[in-house]
Amino acid sequence: MIKLLGIALVAIGLALRWNTLAVVLAAGVLSGLLAGFDLHEVMTLTGQYFVENRRVLLPVILMLPVVGVLERHGLQERVGHLIRRLEAASAGRILWIYQAVRGACSVVGLNIGNHASAIRPLIVPMAEAAAEKKHGALDERARTDLRAHAAASENVGNFFSDDIAVAVGALLIIDGFFRSAGVEVRLRDIQFWSLPTAGWVLLIGAWRYRALQRRLEAATRVDPPRGEGRTS
Amino acid sequence: MTLLSVDLILGVCGLVVGAVALAIARDRTHPHRRGSAAFWGILAVVTGAGPWIPPAVVGYAVVVLAVLAAARAVEPPAFRGADPAELARRAAELGNRLLRPVLVVPAIAVAGGLILYRIRFGDLAVVTENQAAQVALGLGCLVGLGWALRTTRETPRTAVTEGGRLLQLIGWALVLPQALAALGGILGKAGVGEEIARLVAAALPVQDPFVAVLAYCAGMAVFTILFGNAFAAFPVMTLGIGLPFIVRAHGGDPAVMGALGMLSGYCGTLVTPMAANFNIVPVRLLELRGDFTVIRAQAPFAAAIWLFNVAVMYASVYAPGP
Repeated sequence: MIKLLGIALVAIGLALRWNTLAVVLAAGVLSGLLAGFDLHEVMTLTGQYFVENRRVLLPVILMLPVVGVLERHGLQERVGHLIRRLEAASAGRILWIYQAVRGACSVVGLNIGNHASAIRPLIVPMAEAAAEKKHGALDERARTDLRAHAAASENVGNFFSDDIAVAVGALLIIDGFFRSAGVEVRLRDIQFWSLPTAGWVLLIGAWRYRALQRRLEAATRVDPPRGEGRTS
Repeated sequence: MTLLSVDLILGVCGLVVGAVALAIARDRTHPHRRGSAAFWGILAVVTGAGPWIPPAVVGYAVVVLAVLAAARAVEPPAFRGADPAELARRAAELGNRLLRPVLVVPAIAVAGGLILYRIRFGDLAVVTENQAAQVALGLGCLVGLGWALRTTRETPRTAVTEGGRLLQLIGWALVLPQALAALGGILGKAGVGEEIARLVAAALPVQDPFVAVLAYCAGMAVFTILFGNAFAAFPVMTLGIGLPFIVRAHGGDPAVMGALGMLSGYCGTLVTPMAANFNIVPVRLLELRGDFTVIRAQAPFAAAIWLFNVAVMYASVYAPGP
């Protein structure tokens, strides 16, 4: 039981809103010490895992300068301009299509984007332009709601389709685990049983983005322009 | 030996972050000049030269990063946004040429990931197959940056300023995924996962086939919420609950269980701040208030997808195979 103190520390730290990075590191040190490692060993492990996993930084660090330079020259404005010309575009539809395309590419092992390379420079400006054209200016709450769902479309599109193509992380981990545990499993069956959920997330996406769309409409309907619409 | 490697691309990342650190150190108007410059400087060295530094030194350096973050020494300055009318004018001037550098990045990343590792110069391969995707993405970003600078007639200095602005918006959350990986690794070595699986199995009547499915899927989600990573949860929960109860005791199909178990774990990923690169980094990147805004938007997704996974698993895992 005493081994679980590190996890308890994370829960307490998050609840009390301490700095997450410090809490996570402290929990690691505590767990390591409780497991009988000395401080030097814990620091060695920490450094080792930190370096081994530093490739998650790559897409963010190298993409941000590209996005930053282009934003200075009106990238987001240009994307918005293009979307405003499309009659059928709505924020909800844009997010659903992004999630679907992201998922479809993920099925065949292609990674077409992430928060830094697609959501901030392209998808958020598209969805905001479409929403503003349909409903007028967005207030702070509506904008936050929309952007949070744009981030969600990336995550949901990314997560729930990648068990289907061969040679992608999750599939290999499941297969490798069963192999080392001596359980016989066919790769094709794991792929097959990942399909229902991949379809289901499209329905759930449609439901959530439609709900978002309705909230955006309601947010702007509260405050109708003066002298219009009341008499009919 | 290969011509290109992920370590080489990460060396370039180190240079970019180092340039940002230098720019901050020289900026006398920066409200947290010393702390921020130290944070990004240390990160630059660890990112660029990590494999050649003794791991324990990196460990202590990470502690310094966490102390700087906790002391609020890495808060970004208040960046003033450009004038909207001026931005619209510039956008009209360059038109669709602004989009090309953004679109060329995934194009090169995808094409390069498929092609690069097949190219060889005699004995020298360009890159190994399992590093091809990451290296291609890095090359794509560099080509995109060159293209963007050419189109906008800006200098690399602007790239550092503007990239630095966005990096500072993300701040210390950028290294949270690595700190979490370290925590997960240490917890794994300490045997914490097995302890949790044992407690769950002891507390619930997993002799019942439905309860076994429920406990396994819930365990995957909860464990992923705690560790921020479904891949870490999978072996622990499958060894602790999945294999002994669903497969061995009740004769369930391991393929069905494995696929839907992993997908149940992803539902946990959608709602945990521990999965920082998915849930916290975008909050900063999209300039939202409140670290839980993305998680709140994702909670209904997670609940609906998790329930579906449990239903499909229970309906299929015990069914006789074809």
